Amino acid sequence: MTNDKPTWKEYPMAATIHHPGSATGQNTGDWRSERPVRDDSKCDKCGICWIFCPDAALFMDEDGFYEVDLFHCKGCGICARECGKGAITMVEEGE
Amino acid sequence: MGKRIGLEVSLAVSEAVKMARVDAVAAYPITPQTHIVEELSQMVADGDLDADFIMVESEHSAMSACCGTSAVGARTFTATAAQGLALMHEILFIASGLRLPIVMAIANRALSAPISIWGDHSDVMAERDTGWIQFFAETGQEAFDLTIQAFKIAEDKRVLTPAAVNLDGFTLSHVIEPFDMPDQEEVDAFLPTFEPQVILDPDNPVTMGPVGFPEIYTEIKKQQNEALLGAHEVILEVWEEFEKAFGRAYRPVESYRTDGAEVLISIAGSTAGTARVAVDNMREAGKKVGLIRTRLWRPYPFEETRAAVKGAKAVAVIDRCLSFGGPGGPICSELRSALYPLPEKPVVNSYIAGLGGRDITLQDFYTVVEDTYRVLEEGPTDEYKMIGVRE
Ligand code: SF4
Ligand code: SF4
Repeated sequence: MTNDKPTWKEYPMAATIHHPGSATGQNTGDWRSERPVRDDSKCDKCGICWIFCPDAALFMDEDGFYEVDLFHCKGCGICARECGKGAITMVEEGE
Repeated sequence: MGKRIGLEVSLAVSEAVKMARVDAVAAYPITPQTHIVEELSQMVADGDLDADFIMVESEHSAMSACCGTSAVGARTFTATAAQGLALMHEILFIASGLRLPIVMAIANRALSAPISIWGDHSDVMAERDTGWIQFFAETGQEAFDLTIQAFKIAEDKRVLTPAAVNLDGFTLSHVIEPFDMPDQEEVDAFLPTFEPQVILDPDNPVTMGPVGFPEIYTEIKKQQNEALLGAHEVILEVWEEFEKAFGRAYRPVESYRTDGAEVLISIAGSTAGTARVAVDNMREAGKKVGLIRTRLWRPYPFEETRAAVKGAKAVAVIDRCLSFGGPGGPICSELRSALYPLPEKPVVNSYIAGLGGRDITLQDFYTVVEDTYRVLEEGPTDEYKMIGVRE
């Protein structure tokens, strides 16, 4: 098979990763079917969604709201379920 | 110059580990290996060995701890047997997959059930394909020498693969033998300090053992296998160097009175001693019988095996392990595979003997050779035969 992928000789021994945090470059958001959308009028910036997100896909913006990093968000819906204010709705991708 | 002393083989293995200036030992006691690690823990407690001795609650943990110490760059040793080795099974693949040059002594013992503390090779044969370099010692001196050599081989930059030294439980581990003990300076000159290529270091973090997606897993396994296959050449180099330094020669397959032999007995481990006497007796009685002994088991020495049996009419392979429902003993299977591509090859018979500490007697060797001559005349009748079993 010929392609541009590395051969067995070119990989680091035992697939060791020499640059930590390399998973941040992986697009884990590409298999999301729903994305979280926040209603700012309901959100009180409590941070529960940020605590519960299993993928660290939420980050605080300058105004104190928790924004979604859609490159990593898998659309699991945990943030929407845990938000006590009902501020997050899961919206189907493509809509 | 070293000195000649009498010593229990287990204690000699511990001495070899000490002389190798090991940094870490993690082990759990199990018969018949216990004396090895007991002695090492004593050495550490007495301040005679500057190493960390890690007490663990199981062999699974022992091998896990060994992976950790080896990953931070510590020269690492452990020892086990039978169920203990079986409990390590999962982590043995991780040690080899992460390319951690751990050295382990295995005081070979039968696997339960029924419970047996006595020797055979079923423990290591179940770990045959874990990616470790594997040797079989015949004598105490060999177990001592192989232990020191194993560090040099495993830690070689071209290899970086763990290595196991097999010594028969009780018949080797618990006997007192004469040893040529080298001086520490001689061992130091032969065995340099471990220079790891990649280590776990908080100041320079790496991820060892990440997820291997289907896209890379095959390539990483090929890489690992190439290193193990490549160990063959390094082993020969190290043995040559060892012979120059210590005067004892090592080869992957040892031959004894094979010149002009019609029938060759093949065996691994301490039973070769008895086999040699049997060969002498049969030669005296006019039978053209010789002996080959497997010292290097992984990587399997295909070329040396083919050369060792050249010219023989038949090989009688005695395995101290039964491959349940299989074609015969594991060493026999490998030997058959090695010979299969040859246009002219000897008949290969498989015999199972010495299970669970059952002695392999001179008579057993005569029986095996007699049966092999019968097969030469009448053709094969069984896939394999169990020797000494009461029918
Ligand atoms: S959990 Fe709900 S209310 Fe709290 S910060 Fe997140 S979106 Fe806003
Ligand atoms: S949907 Fe799941 S992954 Fe995405 S932000 Fe919410 S909790 Fe995180």
